[in-house]
Amino acid sequence: MDWTALRLSLELGFLTVLLLLPIGIWVGRRLAYQDFRGKGLAEALVALPLVLPPTVLGYYLLVAFGAGSPVGQVWQSLFGRPLVFTFEGLLVASVIFNLPFAIQPMQRGFEAIPREVREAAACCGLAPWQALLRIELPLAWPGILTAMVLSFAHTLGEFGIVLMVGGSIPGETKTIAIAIYDRVQAFDDVAAAQMAALLLALSLATIALTYGLSRRVGRRLG
Amino acid sequence: MGVWFGWSRSPRRSFRALAFGIMLAAMAGWAAGAVAEEPPTIAGAADLQFALTDIAAAFKAETGLDVKLAFGSSGNFARQIRQGAPFEMYLSADENYVLDLGKDGLTRDDGALYAVGRIVIIVPHGSPLEADGTFEDLRAALKDGRVQKFAIANPEHAPYGRRAEETLRHAGLWEAIEDRLVLGENVSQAAQFATSGSTQGGIIAYSLALSPKVSALGRFELIPAEWHEPLRQRMVLLENAGATAERFFAFLQEPAARAIMRQYGFVLPGEES
Repeated sequence: MDWTALRLSLELGFLTVLLLLPIGIWVGRRLAYQDFRGKGLAEALVALPLVLPPTVLGYYLLVAFGAGSPVGQVWQSLFGRPLVFTFEGLLVASVIFNLPFAIQPMQRGFEAIPREVREAAACCGLAPWQALLRIELPLAWPGILTAMVLSFAHTLGEFGIVLMVGGSIPGETKTIAIAIYDRVQAFDDVAAAQMAALLLALSLATIALTYGLSRRVGRRLG
Repeated sequence: MGVWFGWSRSPRRSFRALAFGIMLAAMAGWAAGAVAEEPPTIAGAADLQFALTDIAAAFKAETGLDVKLAFGSSGNFARQIRQGAPFEMYLSADENYVLDLGKDGLTRDDGALYAVGRIVIIVPHGSPLEADGTFEDLRAALKDGRVQKFAIANPEHAPYGRRAEETLRHAGLWEAIEDRLVLGENVSQAAQFATSGSTQGGIIAYSLALSPKVSALGRFELIPAEWHEPLRQRMVLLENAGATAERFFAFLQEPAARAIMRQYGFVLPGEES
């Protein structure tokens, strides 16, 4: 078992979820309640990482964030570290490829709140942010929690993008999914088997949790 | 369901507590990562998988210092270094990658030759193929169809793959074997493919075949060194190398490390016969 890789994956997962939480709530809520020009395009863009091959995303991130790119150079001059092949680079990549996993369940969660409830909140004189905190978030939480669980689990399992923009550096970018690949190449089948079993168990738990949560949403509103 | 999660009493409070908990956990992880002084990351050619791991352990025993090792194909590492990967030292299986990086000002100097590598043909136990360094049985096996799959490293970016291709071309077998090749991302993956039992054999680094983990899986024989360009392996400190990386670089040229390299079948600079 590669504990460094496990810790790194957990850190990456937590931070990804933390960054995606406000993004997901903001975007998910807008997509749920508002009609605006280009909404279809916005929804398609959010869904794109679901179907895009991870290596395609990895390639573009490498091009966009590499040492020769403007973004990469600005980052280097600001922080004195490159963006690709670092933990921060992985975090950015992770946030991007998890957008659909975070936004879509949250959007469904907000959509499930009956219009009358939101109108009642407005009639009672609640400011929008008060309505969000006191009415919408408590009602939409199964969707939000589903989004968080899915993003977290997906971060733990992502391989292609991490391999391309991460470079398998121990303690920096070698996540547990990469560590399995690495251990197989090192003929360390015992460690590979342990880590694979751990990811299998985590994935099963994720599925159980998300199914449980979506049943809960269905029951309450059905 | 609510009871199951324990959040039914006050959804709002529990949501806040959850968000707060996650934030705390994330910050704790972040802080723990930032406080510890970072050991240098060393990029090593895949043929060093076992040798360099042993050397790093010896280095730790002698100096108390840690290094982090990343293994992969030399070509990939060279590309990653160009793209700004934060390695402090690079051990290539092909010295040209190091010299090219040096020309572009990405390394401290031209580094040092640390070993000359050899390649072997390896066949897993139970394979219909003989481990025969001059490829006589491989030639026969290609004719009578005993070989369906044969593993080498990817010649595009793995030096050991290029040398494997050269030996197969030297023997005049390249055309016959080309469409039966399985390409490993690096020589370590090629070794894994070659010994997995899913292929009838492969060409891998001698240094990997000598590791007990690999040698337990099959039989191997050296391929004549004259059949391919020499695998001159060069290491170099990169621009951002710190004190620990410098010590590790020096350590690799000391007797203790050289003994380990010799044990893994490397020919050392100054000891070529």
